[in-house]
Amino acid sequence: MSNVQDIQKKAADTEVRRSFFASPTVRQYGGIIISLAVLCVVFSVMSPRFLAFNNFMNIMQQVAVIAVAAYGMTYVILLGDIDLSIGSIIAVSGMVAAQAFAMGFGFLPAVALTLAAGALMGALNGALSAKLMLPSFIVTVATMGIYRGMVSLPTNGAPAMIENDTWLAIGGESWLGIPIIIWIMAVLFVVNHIILSKTIFGRQVYLTGGNREAAIYSGIRVDRIKIIVFTISGMMAAISGMLLSSRLSSAQTNAGTGYELDAIAAVVLGGTSLAGGVGTIVGTILGALIIGVINNGMNMLSVPYFYQLIVKGVVILVAVWLDVRSKSART
Amino acid sequence: MTAISQTPHAAASNPSGDVVLEIHDIAKSFGPVAALKRMNLTVRRGRVHTLLGENGAGKSTLMKILAGVFTPTAGRIVLNGEAYTPRNPRDARAHGISIVFQELSLSRNLSVAENIFASHEPSRFGFIRDRALNAAAEQLIRELGLPVDVRAKVGDLSIAQRQLVEIAKGLSLPADVVILDEPTSSLSDSEAEILFTIIERLKSQGKAVIYISHRMEEIMRLSDDITVMRDGEYVMTTQKSETSIDRLITLMVGRAMNDIYPPREAPRPSADTPPVLATKNLSFAGKFRDVSIDVKPGEVVGLFGLVGSGRSDVMKALFGMYKPEGEIRLDGKPVTFRSAAQAIRSGIAFVTENRKEEGLVLLHSVERNINMAGLGQLSGPLGLMRASAEREAARAEVKRLAIKTASIDTRTGSLSGGNQQKIVLAKWLQIKPRVLILDEPTRGVDVGAKFEIYRIIRELAANGTAILMVSSELPEVLGLSDRVVVMHNKTVAAVLEADGLTPETVMTYAAGIHA
Repeated sequence: MSNVQDIQKKAADTEVRRSFFASPTVRQYGGIIISLAVLCVVFSVMSPRFLAFNNFMNIMQQVAVIAVAAYGMTYVILLGDIDLSIGSIIAVSGMVAAQAFAMGFGFLPAVALTLAAGALMGALNGALSAKLMLPSFIVTVATMGIYRGMVSLPTNGAPAMIENDTWLAIGGESWLGIPIIIWIMAVLFVVNHIILSKTIFGRQVYLTGGNREAAIYSGIRVDRIKIIVFTISGMMAAISGMLLSSRLSSAQTNAGTGYELDAIAAVVLGGTSLAGGVGTIVGTILGALIIGVINNGMNMLSVPYFYQLIVKGVVILVAVWLDVRSKSART
Repeated sequence: MTAISQTPHAAASNPSGDVVLEIHDIAKSFGPVAALKRMNLTVRRGRVHTLLGENGAGKSTLMKILAGVFTPTAGRIVLNGEAYTPRNPRDARAHGISIVFQELSLSRNLSVAENIFASHEPSRFGFIRDRALNAAAEQLIRELGLPVDVRAKVGDLSIAQRQLVEIAKGLSLPADVVILDEPTSSLSDSEAEILFTIIERLKSQGKAVIYISHRMEEIMRLSDDITVMRDGEYVMTTQKSETSIDRLITLMVGRAMNDIYPPREAPRPSADTPPVLATKNLSFAGKFRDVSIDVKPGEVVGLFGLVGSGRSDVMKALFGMYKPEGEIRLDGKPVTFRSAAQAIRSGIAFVTENRKEEGLVLLHSVERNINMAGLGQLSGPLGLMRASAEREAARAEVKRLAIKTASIDTRTGSLSGGNQQKIVLAKWLQIKPRVLILDEPTRGVDVGAKFEIYRIIRELAANGTAILMVSSELPEVLGLSDRVVVMHNKTVAAVLEADGLTPETVMTYAAGIHA
């Protein structure tokens, strides 16, 4: 007994005396923050325009579309699942908004309709996976194709213009000097961070992802959790689609193609384990920033697109390898 | 092909009793934590050498060093007269050291045969020869006398059968030293007998067996030599004939433990007390039939049966994991549970048999695991968790159950088995259950932790909790229960008063040989 108390007291002491560099936050995100800093230094040396404030805002706006989709992907990966359909959902939601405006809907009804469409597509993913007991990988490979096909139904494959001023303001206007799109990214960051780290539902996501059997035996309704998680992923993709269509002033049938991979990369770069149960939204936004900085920096340097793909792939491999290595060293 | 029929280092010329393995002053530290300090051990051919110590004493660390999983920080090992420094588990196998770990290391999706030969499948040009694989596995399984189908998927086997497969896997290559790390913790008595026969055979072939177990009866039966470890250090080595269970326990825990079953703290509930939980003719096709059990508040009912008797499935049905036929009554009212969540809401808690698979999230902290089942009572408006309440609740349970952990933020997977089991228990104490179902509550747990768990069971019963306990350790069932329900062949064979009950009586019912 006294032995146990000794150990606990010692632990409490070290907690108090723990220096800044040994704090859990720095230990957890130190690697990724350093990577981000190194990338920024490299790009600003190679291209003086990189460090300009305007470019910073530019990066953040590009990051927003990926970051919002990656918030949703964080829930899915925390559960040990994967959602490959979000790129398609991004396109569908832009098209839903374009059609809603064409039918004379106002801004708010169009937003509601877009969110509902995203939620529905996400819920369908979750329900198919949970109720038919199919791996989410398979389900979302299928719905990725289905949703992508559905984008073209209203226009036969042609893009649709969006002419609602409020909608276009999202991607074009600023508030207090900061683009609205960045406000949206920031607010959703806070909301999702609170949901995951501070609510019962968030706890249940971590527990289910950490050990599904144990979660079931602890009274967590894991099927329900899965459906809600995929619904959130669908809704975040729909918001990401809103941001993208607003920036492009139109709904493109090929919008968001490949975004699922950027979102997965952001989540994994942020330290979330593909096995489930471990990860954070803070990590995800840092991961999205890395992707954004790489995209932007290479565009500035006029690196051809195909080289960009190769570089991004290598960066992801290295980052994940470093992450796995530092984690195994700790245990 | 097998350990039974071959030896790589020609034991035949060595007389039985030769030293095969010597461990000198081996130490192992993980950062600032010393798991082993100056451990010594001498192992001889043709003898069973038992390592005895509480969980956390360093037994498993020592075995992982022998297996090439860990590199020692100091000391040396001599195997067959030569310095032995295994680089990895494969290297250890090549040197004739074979280990059966207590953690199940099998792939659930592969067949028994594929698992047994996981690292050395018979192959030609890189293609596995299925027929040869199955035949070799079949032969090994038959030699060992195991009741297992080599083509069955491991995921479909019971825990006990998986353990037997694990043993077969350990014996599938020739070896001088066979290490068995708690092989019987998930075996019933009849399956343990099979294992004991195998061990006798290994001995007679001149192999050295290092045996790790917490079960004193089988240690006294099997061992030739016994080495006691405590807190990572060597305590002493003795021959079995020169010691006793009491003396060994004293050496192991560093204190005398007169009666491991604490006395009851409150009188038994009277005979006319209505039961909290009762079942009537509960049946589920293929799993169990006509099971009628009842538990009164403050009563401990032991459920004993051999592996395969259906006992664990009955518990799962009571917890909403199956939808059985027949009746479950709670406070006299019929209830149907469609999920564990419903059972929990009605005040039923279930400590499952397998803490790593069904009990804990090993990656998460002690705090998260303790609060896992009681999230609802630790949250406020909007479903927001109350962080201070969570920490307070976890700290209270750590103290109450004397869980040895550096802090409540420690990763659960890094704790010893006994402490992990206490966390599973703590998780359920959080919801203040009216009925507590325990399935093998002390499996793979050391004597000290066992005693704590027994104490908690007594304390809960004294406070009016109804307790239903499944155990394959008969002394435990007899030591704690007020009544014993014996299951045989998927139904209740007898309900016996525990007072004056002998192990023999229970076994005759469990084995179905009662006249």
